[in-house]
Amino acid sequence: MLLVVAPFVIDPFQILTLTYGLIAAIGALGFNLLLGYTGLLSFGHSAFFGAGAYTVAFLVKYLKVASMELFLAGSVLVSAILSLLFGYVCVRYTRIFFGILTLALSQVLWSLAFKLFWVTGGTDGLRVPTPTILGAAAIDDKMEFLAHRYYYYVLAAFAICVLLMWVIVHSPFGKALQAIRDNETRAEFIGIRIRRYRLIAFVISGIFTGVAGALWAPLNGLVSPEVLVWTFSGEIVFMTVLGGFRTFVGPIVGAVAFTYLKTYAVGFTVYWQLLLGTVLVVLVLALPTGIMGTVNLVAGKMKTPS
Amino acid sequence: MGVYVIHILNALLYSSVLFLIAGGLSLIYGVMRILNLAHGNLYALGAFVTAWAIGTALEAGAPTAVLLLLLPAGAVAAGAAGGVIERTLLRPFYKRPEEYQLLMTFGLLMILEDLIRLIWGPNPLSATTVYATLGSISIGGDRYPAYNLVIIAVGILAALFLWAFIYRTRFGVFLRATSQDKRMASALGVNVDRIYIQAFTLGCFMAGLGGAIVVPSQSAVLGMGVDALVLAFIVVVIGGLGSLEGALAGALIVGVVREAGITFFPEAELAVLYLIAALVLLARPAGLFGRA
Repeated sequence: MLLVVAPFVIDPFQILTLTYGLIAAIGALGFNLLLGYTGLLSFGHSAFFGAGAYTVAFLVKYLKVASMELFLAGSVLVSAILSLLFGYVCVRYTRIFFGILTLALSQVLWSLAFKLFWVTGGTDGLRVPTPTILGAAAIDDKMEFLAHRYYYYVLAAFAICVLLMWVIVHSPFGKALQAIRDNETRAEFIGIRIRRYRLIAFVISGIFTGVAGALWAPLNGLVSPEVLVWTFSGEIVFMTVLGGFRTFVGPIVGAVAFTYLKTYAVGFTVYWQLLLGTVLVVLVLALPTGIMGTVNLVAGKMKTPS
Repeated sequence: MGVYVIHILNALLYSSVLFLIAGGLSLIYGVMRILNLAHGNLYALGAFVTAWAIGTALEAGAPTAVLLLLLPAGAVAAGAAGGVIERTLLRPFYKRPEEYQLLMTFGLLMILEDLIRLIWGPNPLSATTVYATLGSISIGGDRYPAYNLVIIAVGILAALFLWAFIYRTRFGVFLRATSQDKRMASALGVNVDRIYIQAFTLGCFMAGLGGAIVVPSQSAVLGMGVDALVLAFIVVVIGGLGSLEGALAGALIVGVVREAGITFFPEAELAVLYLIAALVLLARPAGLFGRA
């Protein structure tokens, strides 16, 4: 509820940061379907985020499309095809090989975006103007648009995604994924077709992250190969672990927290990587269950006083 | 004719440096089952330390021979850093899921990247004096920098030494035993803790050596570590993670493809490499020399 009144209470800069955070949350939510629920650590989710963002940029540049709904539809399609392709190769493996393979494949896209500059603009990237929302033309004041109308748009998309993901992980399909995560052999024994389930999870995960990329493109205004570099995949992993990948809300909390952390760290010092890296190291050493895991732990302890 | 020789030498040049980086990565994974994402940064550390050492010695007016002797400084620094990292940061993770080890090394990657920036600043550091003093030789009428031959020689020597080390010494037997079955090795009296720190230090030393020998021919720049890591990944994926023969074969393949790529298909050079890696994984999941 607080999120709905936010634009009237806090200043536009905060709203933009919050919007970035919500978008990252959608991506992390998708990512966590693989890590938290299926037990697969992908180090290549930047591929789907980038695919979503570049789909928007290409639609603007080559097809002169300006409608946000078409952007979203396009990126769902593209990221679904891409994740089907990648997933087909990757789900044959688990653990470290899965991680390396997703990383390698995502870097194919990065190197293409980087080198094919006559299509992608190379490191200069492609500009994305403010889109029309639900058929209504963009208003002139970009800041005003992004901080109000676009914020609500992202918030609505976020709510839908959270709802969808909630339904998915609590469906029989979601339970099957968790069974695969916990014990592959047993899951196979009770008749779950492991590879197919993993592939479906991979595709759903890819689509969520692709949608996040599509929402991100107009907000950022520029799509460049940076969203495809594998260290960005690492940031998605970081967010999810920060929030706690064993809980449903963990990735959401982690993504918003990470976005604020990064925004302020970048503004505060050029050595923001040092700061964030230290946070990550301390986190995995001291609080491996993340923010939500720790909150649950503390809450549990308070309920049962010893 | 001379052109072809030069192409072959260039391919060997890439392969040598790549073997040093990927060999270290593979060694660490083979023994410890840790995929070190910060490995590229240790390579960068080696490059920066060597460039800094040579630059400092040059200001002090040291002769060329001293400069050449200073080359391994980066390798020693990277090895030492590796030893410290293993002891303090990796040790708590051996009994926890691999995901945490990956995250820890990712955190290390971010930290090392910025530590290098903090210490040496954002500008590239070069040690071209060494490169220039060695001059060039003539191959079929074309000039070729003599220093490149040094790099190739170091690469070949490193491969030979490593082979002798692992297959002909007592330490090598312990190393292979630990990599095959850690608990059994431990039960038979191998000090696994010590093997771990030695393996990690050796792996980091190799990466540092790669950086140290490459820095006179191309300056040390920020971000070189992350770039190198991705290439090293391709090498180990092709060759087989955990296998040194695989790292050698992978480095040769990637070296040749890169040299051919830069000449014939510069736009798709990297993409072709990734595609080769993906194809190898589809045909032989564990890589050319890997154990499943």
